[in-house]
Amino acid sequence: MSSRIPLPYGPKVIELFRNPKNLGRIENPDAYSLAGSPACGDMIAIYLKISRDEVIEKATFESYGCAANIAAASMLTELVKGKHLKDAWNLTWKEISDALGGLPAIKFHCGILAVGALRRAIREYYKDKLKPDWLPSDLTKAEKQALEEEKLLEKLAKEKQAYLKIKE
Amino acid sequence: MSTDIGRGVKELLEAHGKPEREVYLDGENSVKVYKKVVEEMLPYFNEKAYGNPSITHKVGWESYEAFRDAASYIADKIGSENPQNLIFTHSGTEANNLAIKGFALANRKKGNKIVISDVEHLSIVFPAESLEKEGFEVVKIPVDREGFIDLEALETSVDKDTLLVSIIWVNHEIGTIEPMKEIARIAKEKNPNVIIHTDAADAFGKIPINVKDVGIDMMTLSSQKIGGPKGVGALYVRQGIKLASLIQGQVSIERIWPGVENMPLIMGFYAASKITFENFDENIRYLKKLRDKLIDGILDNVPYTLLNGPRGEKRAPDNVNISFLYCEGEALTVEFSMNGVYVSSGSACTSRVLEPSHVLLAIGREYEEAHGSLLMKVTLEHTEEDIDYVISVIPKAVERIRRISSIKPK
Repeated sequence: MSSRIPLPYGPKVIELFRNPKNLGRIENPDAYSLAGSPACGDMIAIYLKISRDEVIEKATFESYGCAANIAAASMLTELVKGKHLKDAWNLTWKEISDALGGLPAIKFHCGILAVGALRRAIREYYKDKLKPDWLPSDLTKAEKQALEEEKLLEKLAKEKQAYLKIKE
Repeated sequence: MSTDIGRGVKELLEAHGKPEREVYLDGENSVKVYKKVVEEMLPYFNEKAYGNPSITHKVGWESYEAFRDAASYIADKIGSENPQNLIFTHSGTEANNLAIKGFALANRKKGNKIVISDVEHLSIVFPAESLEKEGFEVVKIPVDREGFIDLEALETSVDKDTLLVSIIWVNHEIGTIEPMKEIARIAKEKNPNVIIHTDAADAFGKIPINVKDVGIDMMTLSSQKIGGPKGVGALYVRQGIKLASLIQGQVSIERIWPGVENMPLIMGFYAASKITFENFDENIRYLKKLRDKLIDGILDNVPYTLLNGPRGEKRAPDNVNISFLYCEGEALTVEFSMNGVYVSSGSACTSRVLEPSHVLLAIGREYEEAHGSLLMKVTLEHTEEDIDYVISVIPKAVERIRRISSIKPK
């Protein structure tokens, strides 16, 4: 037997994978973020159109990742549409997973990365604005995961360089 | 065991739906057993030779006779006149474990170094790494961009302390056919006592094999890579080589690997071998035709693609491995699946490890290139129409995943 193990997805994941909602870019978004890394094969871009009273009018995504990653990002954009940024900030990966009919344990990180990407976009939105009370100054767990995945790319690149040197 | 197994699979399959046409190309992970093989296996469940070949009664003797026929045929096809040199296991994985650990543990006094390569199957890598924890030294030989092992590095690595050299003959992921004769010669010149093992799971039935000509001491075979059933493999062991038994229990013909011989599976292995070898040259030509049609069909019709592994005569006749840039492989396998094309990927996402295929990284592929790789194997049961269908489906499927992707061509 090999190491490749199939992962059972719920029908909702397959449905969103087949017909993703809110796919693509927003021209001149009010907030944008990219989280995750190609080294992990797990990357999500989030685009937000935000109204004057800080409500998400439109949210779209792009995803370089597995079917669960695509479905999680798409579901997130559905869930935050029409929400105030404060409420969007509080969206959890568990809520995304539940809305998808439950992600398999090994795919929880897809939901966490989606949340990390959203929170990064929200921070980006407030970068040059007065920060609201509800926005924590420290990075949350979900944001840290995105960072960790990004660091992994550097770590792997270093390892590869070291390996190539040995080879020479 | 994961708690995920079985959860919602029925609903998942309903949501997936049944594609109009299906082409199964995931021979690396599990082959679709040839129809004729299944027919030949059936009587051995309950009509004849269904006994334990080690027991002294008529059904036992019938089983022993059938077993000998199978073993003799397979031994003959690898250039060994003695069927007793084959130890039947329950998979290629078990045979690889027996070769690495069984040999190292029984011959510890003779040396401490084990030489493998950067592109071995995990059933070689993991046993070798477990021996490393027990104090053995394990050296991994690097490969070039097509997967051929560095013969100079091999020459430098093999020394008086080297116990075992194990190099995969035909790479399971990228199809590279290693120069085994050269490898054995170089290793034995450095140390005449070194034992040469090769994982030939993807070589058996795909290239001509003669253990004596090539200088092989131990060799792993697998039934499922030639259209036979899963659950049976074999280790060829040259006479006079001592192995330690890694499992204990019910005595079998070969005491080193206990457990009652599974006669239907062994006869299935035999049947698949007969199909493979009866028209060997013609079969290989046919596989190569399908392989090249598939490779060219993809490379010509899909932009931003890379073939992994060599082209032509030095590539396994059944192996196709292509990286689709700007795509994540797991998403591709699901998308292909919706179109009835079943393949596997070197992406980390299809496995439980974070890293993508170590074989693709070893040939110098970037992480993104490895994540977007797909592995396909053609078999004698595929038709040219099957390949045409796959080629017709792939461009659209790749385009859709690229549309979703957050990484775009520059």
